[in-house]
Parts: sequence; structure tokens; C-alpha cells
Amino acid sequence: MGYIPVTCEQREAMLRAVGVPSIDDLFAAVPEAVRLTQPLDLPEPMGEIELASHLANLSAGNAPATELVCFLGAGSYDHYIPSVVNHVLSKPEFFTAYTPYQPEVSQGTLQAIYEYQSMICGLTGMDVANASMYDGATALVEAALMAARVTKRHRIVCSPTIHPEWQHTLATYAEAGVIELSTFAPVSAEGLTSLDGTDGLESLLEGGDVAAVLVACPNFFGNLEDLDAIGRLAHDAGALLVVASNPILLGIMEPPSTYGADIVVGEGQPLGNAMSYGGPGLGFFACRMTHVRQMPGRLVGVTTDTDGNRAFVLTLSTREQHIRREKATSNICSNHALNALAAGVYLSAVGPEGLAGIARSCVAKAHYLREKLLATGRFTAPWETPFGYEFALAYEGDVAEMQDALLSMGYLAGASVADVEGEWPTGIDENLAAKLVLFAATEKRTRAEIDSFADEVVSL
Amino acid sequence: MTERLDHTPAVAPVRGPRALIFEVGSPESRCTEAPAIDVPLGKIDALLGGRARTAPPTLPNVTELEIMRHYAHLATMNFGVDSGMYPLGSCTMKYNPRINEDACRLPGFAGLHPYQPEETVQGALELMVGLADALGEISGLPGVTLQPAAGAHGELTALMVFRAAHTAAGNPRKKVIVPDTAHGTNPASVAMCGWEAVTIPSDERGLVDIDALKAALDTDVAAFMLTNPNTVGLFDPQILEITEAVHSVGAFAYCDGANMNAILGKARPGDMGFDALHINLHKTFSTPHGGGGPGSGPVCVTADLAPFLPGPLPVAFDSGGLGLGWPEYSIGRVRSFYGNFGVLVRAYAYIRALGGAGLTEVAEQAVLSANYLKSRLETAFEVPYGPTCMHEFVMSGERQKAENGVRTLDMAKRLLDYGFHPPTVYFPMLVHEALMIEPTETEPLSALDAFADAMLAIAEEAASDPELVKGAPYTTPVRRLDEAGAARNPDLRWRPAGE
Repeated sequence: MGYIPVTCEQREAMLRAVGVPSIDDLFAAVPEAVRLTQPLDLPEPMGEIELASHLANLSAGNAPATELVCFLGAGSYDHYIPSVVNHVLSKPEFFTAYTPYQPEVSQGTLQAIYEYQSMICGLTGMDVANASMYDGATALVEAALMAARVTKRHRIVCSPTIHPEWQHTLATYAEAGVIELSTFAPVSAEGLTSLDGTDGLESLLEGGDVAAVLVACPNFFGNLEDLDAIGRLAHDAGALLVVASNPILLGIMEPPSTYGADIVVGEGQPLGNAMSYGGPGLGFFACRMTHVRQMPGRLVGVTTDTDGNRAFVLTLSTREQHIRREKATSNICSNHALNALAAGVYLSAVGPEGLAGIARSCVAKAHYLREKLLATGRFTAPWETPFGYEFALAYEGDVAEMQDALLSMGYLAGASVADVEGEWPTGIDENLAAKLVLFAATEKRTRAEIDSFADEVVSL
Repeated sequence: MTERLDHTPAVAPVRGPRALIFEVGSPESRCTEAPAIDVPLGKIDALLGGRARTAPPTLPNVTELEIMRHYAHLATMNFGVDSGMYPLGSCTMKYNPRINEDACRLPGFAGLHPYQPEETVQGALELMVGLADALGEISGLPGVTLQPAAGAHGELTALMVFRAAHTAAGNPRKKVIVPDTAHGTNPASVAMCGWEAVTIPSDERGLVDIDALKAALDTDVAAFMLTNPNTVGLFDPQILEITEAVHSVGAFAYCDGANMNAILGKARPGDMGFDALHINLHKTFSTPHGGGGPGSGPVCVTADLAPFLPGPLPVAFDSGGLGLGWPEYSIGRVRSFYGNFGVLVRAYAYIRALGGAGLTEVAEQAVLSANYLKSRLETAFEVPYGPTCMHEFVMSGERQKAENGVRTLDMAKRLLDYGFHPPTVYFPMLVHEALMIEPTETEPLSALDAFADAMLAIAEEAASDPELVKGAPYTTPVRRLDEAGAARNPDLRWRPAGE
């Protein structure tokens, strides 16, 4: 199977026009010592029927969360995706286009991104949002780097309750020395960022050299942080407040701007994007207008054409790598435009009321699930802290055995905190982490599913 | 002014209002309603610890039909590969096979949660291992990570791997050398990795100035980054000498694989002495560009560097079955989860459709098509480097600028009136008034000829009626834009009246 339309005869004619006897002559610059003399050792080609069948078989080798009863969250969520989203995304004028560098024939992409930027501002309460980053983790890293540029400081204080994978990503980037990372420990008894005490946020900010405080709300454990207090501590120390948010919950929660956030980031996958084994996701990134020239990533703005019509264009590009090279605010070029388009379609489909309704539904179901699980007697609550639609409970027995048993009944029984922590412990007590299971419930879960799930837990 | 149009415009002009989605619909309009809540619902503000919103977020209120009409309207104002030839140099705008789109949407792929137990994702892991193995064979560099989300992310990941290896050897070093033809992402990634970017000039042939390189090399140099074939469309014949010189000071040779499509099955970066390479799956392996992503930028490295790759990586267990594991000296994570899996599915499908011989044909036809276009255009335009090119070539609009006062930008805009997306313009920077043309192997000969005819017609227009070209485009949904005005008074979001 191939996608080359030129015929053998046409090839010959083209070679004559070029004036070389064979195609190999066009590769003359490749030194003989490195020229391949036989085809690559790859599996034999497939026709479309064979390929379709092969891919279907690979797909069938998986048991997707969307076909099980999914109580897994921890950074990727099983929300319903309205049908319109995929229909819009499947329009080839959107998905087969490049970055909108030629605005006269890219108004569709440009306007859709402008609308997406506006919606992210609406959700976060911030002044300006960029056209997207790769995912929540890299958006958080970019926020830390931007804070360092804005404050001309290098030390970053990262809450220990941020998703361990995001902390780990931040640490990888920090190895390069552009920012210096101080994580603070331990997690408080309430499953929150410790504010006081010897290792608390307050003491870490004492040196007056901190560029930013990074915090997630809801945090990795699903708990809602005291952004008001954290924001005040950060600002008193001259640091920026960077908040990672869940975009569904922003339908019903006060936006981070209320608490003085300077940069708001997050994982936008819940907004109409498939979980797709963790990627592509969508990093959203919003900040204050005063800092716009230090922002990473693309921005779309409004302008007019020579006839005076409203039009959209990539703007403030002098921040970007293709103009500023090593002085750019980031190396990002390709971002996640199609995922941002999905988010824009999703938010249009649900609207403010629908988003609030979905968020309320998630919160109600998660709280109901928690009560039912506690009522089984097999779980205990590590804390009583307000949460959104994800929470942690300690299991009395072996977590992996419990999850295996429930998987055989068709349930994805949450995420083991110790497993997700993996290479990057959050600093929570190890014995507690080994018992903790993170459960999420989205609007897709029904009361019947939750009741049955709790019954199965009792029967274990 | 006469428009003189007897050809198909790039995008059919759309008349009528282009309302924002916020300006469509009414407060009562609804599309997807939230499901009824079938469990007890406490007071939300109490559940959220007093954090409930007092005012709803500003979002559109529209019906389903209004959404579909809105985006249908926006789509008509866009140009994609399906709309017509898109010879954007360095971007490889080839056809995106539709079976790949179907594949990534299969429920067994799209519906997978990243933390599902490994036994429930064996098909996904098998696909990832199959893709990683194929990329290792194609590149000649056996250590592969599929994690990076884009080419620039891949560059940065590879530089982090270099930094870890240098640090392990006792000296993290200070700088990275890039040629002046490098993509902007190269020096930007160097800066993010905490090194100084040192730019060296190209020689008069458009190749690495080997003396300048050797003069810049010392034991403070961590790496040399080279796009090969490079951004003027030339394969650097000095490649073995280059990588040997780089290695002689203990530095690493990095290949920016943006142009890997030109050498598939013809030569391998690993055999050329490169230590690491990123591959843009959205260029070489036909995954769609999505209007600016998502892409995917896997990194391939030598066996020596493989222990430093980011984790986790798909691995085969001795006990049978596949899982996720960590390289011994991993630099850590560079993102959440394991990669842009949906993009990996498409690239895997493409490689399995073509096989080894099919990939070689891709490179051969891409190079032949570029040379054919070049041969048709070099009489009317300056072509500074040659005599042959790889998958793309760079022309200069200097002649038209000097003789007619018509700039490359004007000719690019005029191409829109002829129904083509313009080539990359004003890059690479060492060529004045650059036009960088990459036809790709998927364009039929008729399209190549039509494009060449259009370019030649525009060259004639530049001579006979320069004002016509300078006023282009005429047929697009909007005309030329006030880009300076957009930057001077940034309007980056819609606000409701009165806010």
C-alpha cells in the first residue's frame, strides 16, 4: 500500500526533465560509506484490508476504560465527549492544515484559537491565554520558567501535592539549571500543602528569592487547597502564584484569579479530548496582561485586513523561537492546536450551564461514591477535606489484589497512590501511600454502577 | 485594479458576517445538556468548602446546529492538504491517509486510560514497541523514546540526555554549536537546557563550514546540532568528517530529523555518526499537522545513550507480556504519561502500510519531485544552491525584488489567488527573499506542473504588472492583514459587552 500518485512513466519523464539518468544520481551527496544498499528491515507492507484488520486486532488486545466502569482519574478523566466534537475535528480543513502562518487562508484555525483563548480566560478569570501547550505537566514547567523571567529569580517552590508526574517533569527540566526547584514536605494531615512548621511554605519563602509558588487545586489527592492563604504568602515574598486547575471544576468553582493567581495552567483533556492512553492531551496556559510579553507559545489576536474587515492573526511573535531563537520565551513550535479546537467545541456544546451541571454531577457522584465506599467498612478516610470529584481512601488490605479482583468484574477501581508516585514520591508517609487509592467519578457514572461497585467491594 | 482571475482561488471567498461563537445563539440556546443527577446532591458551596462560583464563566450559548454551522463556516476559510498543494518547505505537508484517522479513534485505543493495569493495554504496548523498533531500524539508532510531544520537545529531550551523559562523565560542558541554517527551535532548546548557543556560518555552498566548525569545537562544547539534509535542501557530503570532528572533542552529534523524509531507506543518521535524532512523526510519517499540532517527536539514540532516556518506556518482560519500565540512568520524565499515543497509532499504521521498500520509495519520489519543480522554476528565479537538491529547495526572490520591486511576500500572497498554499518564506535566513519549496511525494505530476505554471505566471506578472502582485491576495476570505497593528494593540480575547 502506498500513497504515491506518480506513475513509472511519469517518473522517467521527470528524470529526463531534471537531467539525471536515475534517482540514485540525486543521492550522490550521500557518502558511499553510509548509503543503504538494501531495504530497511521492517515488516512486509500491508494492503488496507489487512492493515485495518491488524489495527483492529491490536485495539481488541486492550480493554479500554470507556468500556469498563471507570473510577480512575489521577490526571486523565473519563468524561463524556459530545458527538459534535469529533465531527468538527474530522473536518479536513482543520486537521490537514499547518500552523496558521498564512492568515489569509487560515482564518478558520485562527478564529477558533481566538475563541478558545477567550473561553480559557472565561474559565480561569485571567486576562490572556495562549493557543495551547503540550499537556498540563509541560504547561506547569513553562509557567515556572516564565515566573523566573518575570521576577528575575530562579528558585521555584512546588507544592508536594501537585501530581507526582508533573513534579517529576519539573525536576527533569530543572536539572538544566535554568530554574532551581525546592519541593516542600510533608503533605499536611489534611492532604494539603503544609503552610507552617519547619518545612512549610512560609519558611521556604523566607529567603525572598523565590520566583513562584506552584500549587494545584484540586491537588493530586483531589483536595481543594487554601489558595487564598497560599497566594498571600507567595505575594508577600514577591513570588508569583501559579495555580494548576481542573477545567471542569472551573464551571462551578471560583476561578484562580479570585485568589490572585498570576499564571493558571492545567490539563485540558477533560474538555472534549479522548484519554487516548495519556496523549495527546492539552496544556492550557493563562496569565495577566502585564506579563503577556513573557508568555510562551502562540497567541492569536484581532486585526483588520486592507478592506477593513475584522480578521485574526498570530501576534506578539517576537517572543517566539522562529524569530528570537535562543532568546525566545520557549522552544515550543508545534503545540496542541487540534486539542484546543476540541476544547473550544466542547465548551461551546456544553455552555456555562452545561459545564456547571456536569461539574455538579461529578462532585455529587464522587461524594456519593466516597460515602458508599466508607460504608463498606473496607476503606478509611485519611482526612476530611473538601474535594471536587476525586478523593483518596485507605484500603484495609492489599490494594493490587483488590483492584485485580474488581477488574475481573469490569471495574477500574481507582489508582494506587504508591503506583502513580512511582519514581517520584509526593512525600506523604510511605505506609499511608501504599494503602491509598485515588477514586474519581465523572458525570458518566450512574448511581446503579456506584451501588454495584460498593456491593462488589463488600463481597471481596 | 484588475484582478484578472481565471483560475480557482485558494479558498473560496466567504461573504457575510464572520461572527464569533460568542456572538452566535442566544442565552436560551443549548446543545449538550448535563445529565440528570441520580444521587443525593448536597449544597455545592459547602461541598467545595465555600469556593463555589458566584457568577458563571463566560462561555457561548449555542445549539448543535449553530455549532456545526459555525465551524463549517470557519472550515471554509481554511486551507489544508486536502484543499490543494501545500508546498511548505521543512513542514512536509503530505497527504494524511484516512485509515490512520480511523485507527486512532478505535475504542481500544482512544478509550484507554493511562493508568489502566498493564494486562489491559497489551495491544497498545505492542503497537508502541513495534513503532519504536521500526524507528530504531529506520534511524540506525537503537534506543528510542516515543514520549516527546513535538520536534522541539524531542530536541530538548535529546539535549537533556546529552547533559546527563556529560555530567556522568564529570563535565556538563557549556555550549552547543548550531549552523546559521538551523531551525529556531534548535538554539531555543539549547537555551532551555541551560547552555549557550553558538552559531556558525554556512559556507558558500550552503553546507557546514568545516573550518568554522573545527575552530568552534573545544571541550566546552556539549553538542553540535545539524539538520541533515539541511534547511536549504542539501545533504551535507562532509557528514562523516563533521561527526568525527565533533566526537574528537568528546561532544555529541545531534541530528534534527525534520527532513528525515528525504533519506528514508537511503541512509541512516546512526550510520553517519550521529548520537541522537528526533523524528517529527507529523512530517515524515504523515500524521496530520492539526492546524499546529498535536505532533510527536520521538528521539532515537545510540546504545550508549539509551540508559539516559526519559521514562517510562514500553518493555518486554522475560516472563512474557509487555509493560512499562525505566532506563537505568533516566533523565526522568519530560511530560505526563507515555507520549502522544493517538499520533503514534497513525505513524505506526503508516509504516506498516508501506514497509521498508515503500519508505524508500517515499524518499526517492519526494526528492525527484523537488528536483523536478526546481528544474521547472530555475530559469525564472534565483536558485542559490545546487545543482540538485533533496526533498526541498530554496529559491530567492531577489531578482523580482531588484528588477520589479516585488518581494517574496507579495509573490507568496499572489499564489493564494492561484489556489496554492505558499511555500515557506524568509527562511532560512541566509538566503535573501527566500522561498523554500517542498512538494512531497504525494503530489501528482499534474499538481507539480500547475504549481510551476503558477509560479512562472507570477514571475511574469511581477515584471508586467508589479502592482497587481503587490496588492495580492484578492480572492481569499480576508485580504492582507495589519499585522503590526495586531501587535501594537493586542486584542487577544473576546469580552462580553460591559466587561
